[in-house]
Amino acid sequence: MNVAAVFFYLFSAIMIASAFMVIAARNPVHSVLFLILAFVNASGLFLLMGAEFLAMILVVVYVGAVAVLFLFVVMMLDVDFAELKQGFLQYLPIGSVIGIVVAIELLLVMLGFTQSDAALGAGASPIQANMSNTEALGLVLYTKYVYLFQASGLVLLTAMIGAIVLTLRHKPDVKRQVIADQNARTRADAIEIKKAPSRAGV
Amino acid sequence: MQIGLTHYLSVAAILFTLGVLGIILNRKNIIIILMSVELILLSVNINLVTFSTFLGDLTGQVFSLFILTVAAAEAAIGLAILVTYYRNRGSIAVEDINMMKG
Amino acid sequence: MYTAIVFLPLLGFLIVGSLGRSLGPRQSEIVTTGLLVVSAVLSWIAFIHVGLGTAPASTPVLGEWINSGGLKIDWALRIDTLTVVMLVVVTSVSCLVHVYSIGYMHEDPSRSRFFAYLSLFTFAMLMLVTADNLVQMFFGWEGVGLASYLLIGFWYEKPSACAAAIKAFVVNRVGDFGFALGIFLVFALTGSVAFDTIFAAAPGLANKPIHIFGLNADAMTITCLLLFMGAMGKSAQFLLHTWLPDAMEGPTPVSALIHAATMVTAGVFMVARLSPLFEQAPAALTFVTIVGATTAFFAATVGLVQNDIKRVIAYSTCSQLGYMFVALGVGGYSLGIFHLFTHAFFKALLFLGAGSVIHAMHHEQDMRKMGGLRKDIPFTFWMMTIGTLALTGFPLTAGYFSKDAIIEAAYASGLHSGAGVYALLLLTIAAGFTSFYSWRLVFMTFYGERHVAHDEHGHANDDHSHGHDHAPHESPTVMLIPLGLLACGALFAGLAFASSFIGHGADEFWKKSIYSGPDNHILHAMHEIPHAVGFVPFIMMTGGFLLALYVYVLAPGTAKRIADSNPLLYKFLLNKWYFDELYDLIFVRPAFWLGRLFWKGGDGRIIDGLGPDGISARVIDVTNRVVRLQTGYVYHYAFAMLIGVAALISWYLVGGVR
Repeated sequence: MNVAAVFFYLFSAIMIASAFMVIAARNPVHSVLFLILAFVNASGLFLLMGAEFLAMILVVVYVGAVAVLFLFVVMMLDVDFAELKQGFLQYLPIGSVIGIVVAIELLLVMLGFTQSDAALGAGASPIQANMSNTEALGLVLYTKYVYLFQASGLVLLTAMIGAIVLTLRHKPDVKRQVIADQNARTRADAIEIKKAPSRAGV
Repeated sequence: MQIGLTHYLSVAAILFTLGVLGIILNRKNIIIILMSVELILLSVNINLVTFSTFLGDLTGQVFSLFILTVAAAEAAIGLAILVTYYRNRGSIAVEDINMMKG
Repeated sequence: MYTAIVFLPLLGFLIVGSLGRSLGPRQSEIVTTGLLVVSAVLSWIAFIHVGLGTAPASTPVLGEWINSGGLKIDWALRIDTLTVVMLVVVTSVSCLVHVYSIGYMHEDPSRSRFFAYLSLFTFAMLMLVTADNLVQMFFGWEGVGLASYLLIGFWYEKPSACAAAIKAFVVNRVGDFGFALGIFLVFALTGSVAFDTIFAAAPGLANKPIHIFGLNADAMTITCLLLFMGAMGKSAQFLLHTWLPDAMEGPTPVSALIHAATMVTAGVFMVARLSPLFEQAPAALTFVTIVGATTAFFAATVGLVQNDIKRVIAYSTCSQLGYMFVALGVGGYSLGIFHLFTHAFFKALLFLGAGSVIHAMHHEQDMRKMGGLRKDIPFTFWMMTIGTLALTGFPLTAGYFSKDAIIEAAYASGLHSGAGVYALLLLTIAAGFTSFYSWRLVFMTFYGERHVAHDEHGHANDDHSHGHDHAPHESPTVMLIPLGLLACGALFAGLAFASSFIGHGADEFWKKSIYSGPDNHILHAMHEIPHAVGFVPFIMMTGGFLLALYVYVLAPGTAKRIADSNPLLYKFLLNKWYFDELYDLIFVRPAFWLGRLFWKGGDGRIIDGLGPDGISARVIDVTNRVVRLQTGYVYHYAFAMLIGVAALISWYLVGGVR
């Protein structure tokens, strides 16, 4: 039992447990926190596998952005503690049956396949051994997969615009600047000259 | 014992199953569904990275990166929709979201 | 000439039936009545030639009808004495009824239809009496049934009239069913339906057995019983009589023509015409006697308490028909026909007279609301009195000759058969009843106090005045002439024709048209009865008259007291021995139940249920269940997708990728 194995089992166990708690927790904030824990443990697994860039990205993007977003939304919306409703039990049998069937099939597939030796190193982008994972990824990402990289940027742009469009609302009685109107103001609109006689006032 | 391909793949499989169960057995609110989708995507990521490692091919990790991007975008949009829905309907409990009922 | 007699009324029906609306009612009346008058005159000429004279019987053949294998039927008119007697009766009464209806139906908007139907009826009846074979007679039989339905239901907006028409048709149908079976049996036994062939074959068929339903029965008896069933229906004999009183829903001329003189006598005519067959089946003749006697008695008892003037006369008709059948049953066919002949006159007179009373009382028919009309409508009063005298058998009137003869014949027959004794008893009692109720009618209508003052509608709100006053007034002349002519017949027909019909000139008169078996000596035996028996009908008549006089004129209120002290008997008679209720229970309700069973259960539940309705209901069921898949919850849909994925994977895992 080497250290890698120990860590593997540790990370896996906690990840699976926290994934289960995501769906089983009554408090939604707890659900999000368990999700974060699952992500962190997955990141640990990635580290074990040698994909350290991806592991850090997981923490930064998923945990730092997505999970926090979840938390914001959960706390903004009036989401209450949820009791275990009666209907849960109605679907439990059929749901668990389907789930177990899927899991068994996945396991069957996984345990039943063999890997030929010729597959090793026959991939499209073999891993260079003499550089860090980040460097290796960078070498591949900006050359071979640059179009996809730009496309994913566009996806993010679309998501950002979409999110703003969907959720932005103008409070009716808040004063805002309308830059276009400000720029379109002419002297005629702005200034009115009144000739005031001296010592008389306006 | 040597941690091989199958170990990682089993873990991913179990995670996938849990994510799917989370969608189906969810009785609370929509956010759980979105989080379950994240779990599913996570399991796919683990799968891809596992294969990348054991086949010595970076394609898996690149793809996983893209999946990460898309997942983040999708989570953002999903939550935006959820917020808008909440503002209009006042509830995100799953029983109440049945406007598509035939 | 004979063709003209039969087909002129048909011509009248066709002209008025199709062009009546454009001709207008006046023209329709003139056309039909004119044609009928010609037909009547020709009939009398035929009667004098063939009946009273010595012109031979003939059978002009008009054409072929059916020629199919062994079945050959022609349209032919059989002209012999029996036929011309009936021709005279039918055309004369029909002609007088046409004339009478010109006055009676004067205010009716559908007069042309009425006259068309009257002519149609006359044609059908004439076809019946001139038929040379059973199927042609059946054609006429059905035709008169149809015309009766149309005429009873003439005022078709009245639901009671429609119901009465249907009742008449259906009850007649029961009889017709027996008649049809009889025709089939005759054809099976003799291979033909033409009268000449049948009559020739009849003596050879006497006492021959046939096998029916595993039993051995006498062929002729069964045949004659079946044929008589038709007569029972058409002539409203006991058990198939229920339609006749309700048939009074039709206009009074209809009652006079159809339900007094002609249609109901078709049964009597049929038995007389088929005398060769009946003479071979003595058991059937006994049955005829018993049924006739029972009818006579039954109808007379019911007629005692009826309050509608037309119903009393209807029951009287029913009773007199029973007399005719008794006459036929004991073997005196000529007696029955003679009574038919005289009865046509005085019964039509009574009905038309009643119509005149109803016309005067502005369509009031309840006798309890009449009274004291003697001074208002004297001519009608005298006509009704003459008719009543004839009906009850006052000496020297027509009824005296025919009715009393029947009672004498019954006595003579009773000397050697139980049925005769039964008939004698019932007929005698019925004679007394007949006298009582006939005079009761006269007294209640024409004597006594007016029970309803003519300003009963109230002085103040008199806005439904008819334009003429409410006091009863005599009918117009066009209605009174037929009454007068019929009165002559009622008074003198007996005197004039008794010897020809049933007396010494009978053989030359009837020639071969009526057959008497070798054992049939009734006409002679009739004259050899003790004198005392001959007086019995007279005594019954007088007794009835005196009783009616006492109860209704001398001591009014007696009737009511008698009715109140015997409520059960009174109710029993008033409700016609509860026959309608009995039939309703036995036949009508099960028929409706059966119909409903097949309609709701068979057609509705089974056929519709398995067919269109069932399929549509199942489709709706299934869709209702399928709709539950559309819950609106996204995670349900995701679950469905997952199930699909799992199924696909399992499929390939198990089956292997092809």
